[in-house]
Amino acid sequence: MSRYVRRFSRTERVLHWANALGFFTLLGSGLVLYLPSLAVAVGRRPLVKDIHFWSGIGWVVLLCLVVLAGDRRGILRTARELDRFDRDDLRFLLARRPAPQGRFNAGQKLNAALTAAFTLLFFVSGMLLWLGERDTRFRLESTVILHDGLMYAALVLLAGHLYLALFHPATRHALRGITLGTVREDWARRHHAKWAPR
Amino acid sequence: MSEARVGRGVFLTTVAAGLSSLWWGKRVWTGVSRAIGPVESLVPLVPSGGWRIYTVSGSLPAFDPATWRLELAGAVRRPLSLDYRELLALPKAEQVSTFHCVTGWTVRNVAWGGVRIGDLLARVEPHPDAHALRFVSAEHPYEDYLTLEQAGLADVLLAYEMDGKPLSRAHGAPLRLVIPDMYGYKNVKWLRRIELVPREGLGYWEQLGYDQDAWVGRSNGYGA
Repeated sequence: MSRYVRRFSRTERVLHWANALGFFTLLGSGLVLYLPSLAVAVGRRPLVKDIHFWSGIGWVVLLCLVVLAGDRRGILRTARELDRFDRDDLRFLLARRPAPQGRFNAGQKLNAALTAAFTLLFFVSGMLLWLGERDTRFRLESTVILHDGLMYAALVLLAGHLYLALFHPATRHALRGITLGTVREDWARRHHAKWAPR
Repeated sequence: MSEARVGRGVFLTTVAAGLSSLWWGKRVWTGVSRAIGPVESLVPLVPSGGWRIYTVSGSLPAFDPATWRLELAGAVRRPLSLDYRELLALPKAEQVSTFHCVTGWTVRNVAWGGVRIGDLLARVEPHPDAHALRFVSAEHPYEDYLTLEQAGLADVLLAYEMDGKPLSRAHGAPLRLVIPDMYGYKNVKWLRRIELVPREGLGYWEQLGYDQDAWVGRSNGYGA
């Protein structure tokens, strides 16, 4: 029997899945607005626009609510953990050599930083698109390029994330951690040697 | 062991790059798309060559060649109603032009085929007090206006062909207005009726605050 150790708090897990829910709702409605074939098949553009806009607002509000209602200090600690890269992290990323990792490996830290940046940029460019349709002072000719470009960049990141979480044999056990909170102790020692599970 | 705050560095750099792209994004994208132009015609870099299909109502108008008609009416001596076959029998004009959407996307080198407005006007004989045209779409309540002077620009076209094929439903089948010097919202799709009127009224987007004269690069907050 293998022992299990707690990797993610409830706030962390709810935050992750709230973010995933918001992302996929926005991706789905966004693709209907973006791809001509889907736009023609679905029609109802004004409704899809409303769904997309309010999903975006709801997404950000939901993320804020989860943090405010959850373990705020824990999330701040997690943010600091994600922020800091030590020598092993840089070795892991740059030299692609095995190096002992903490609770988050360097790739996960990078993914978190990019995902947070993309979220902010999606929100800002989305609001500019919405406002620009109503007031020319908010209309910039590059907003739509930024918003679409972010979609492509986020899809690349998501593809890597999904591969590692669902298919890659060595890492897919992490999915258990982000859903149930716990992971096998032996797996944690192997992949996150510097993390000392409490 | 020394630690570096790489996470916030990546976050802030990405946010800074993203926000600054609001100023350089379009220029860089245009440059890239020009540079790879010949390849892009074979392997489109973005879906459907960069077109997006914008509509304002619940569904796209359907085109039935058997029942479709284009009405030319208003301040004219001889109102005209054309069916699809009669439309295709008119003198055909072709052009390659660039399509600019006011939201920032651009599709270059679109091949259009259709009818010059002047050829139609000659047949309906406008009254001398008619100075503008009202273009009514089958997509209710979409419509827009051009002055006769604007409609007479050399590359203004009533297009029934795009890139060598009959205009598709998404692009306004069977007939749309093309005025490359103005943003896409003036290029009314799914045309059903053209009226000669004394002066311009407010089109669909103009009623929502967009500029009446939608010159590319010199209207709607651009090039000010």
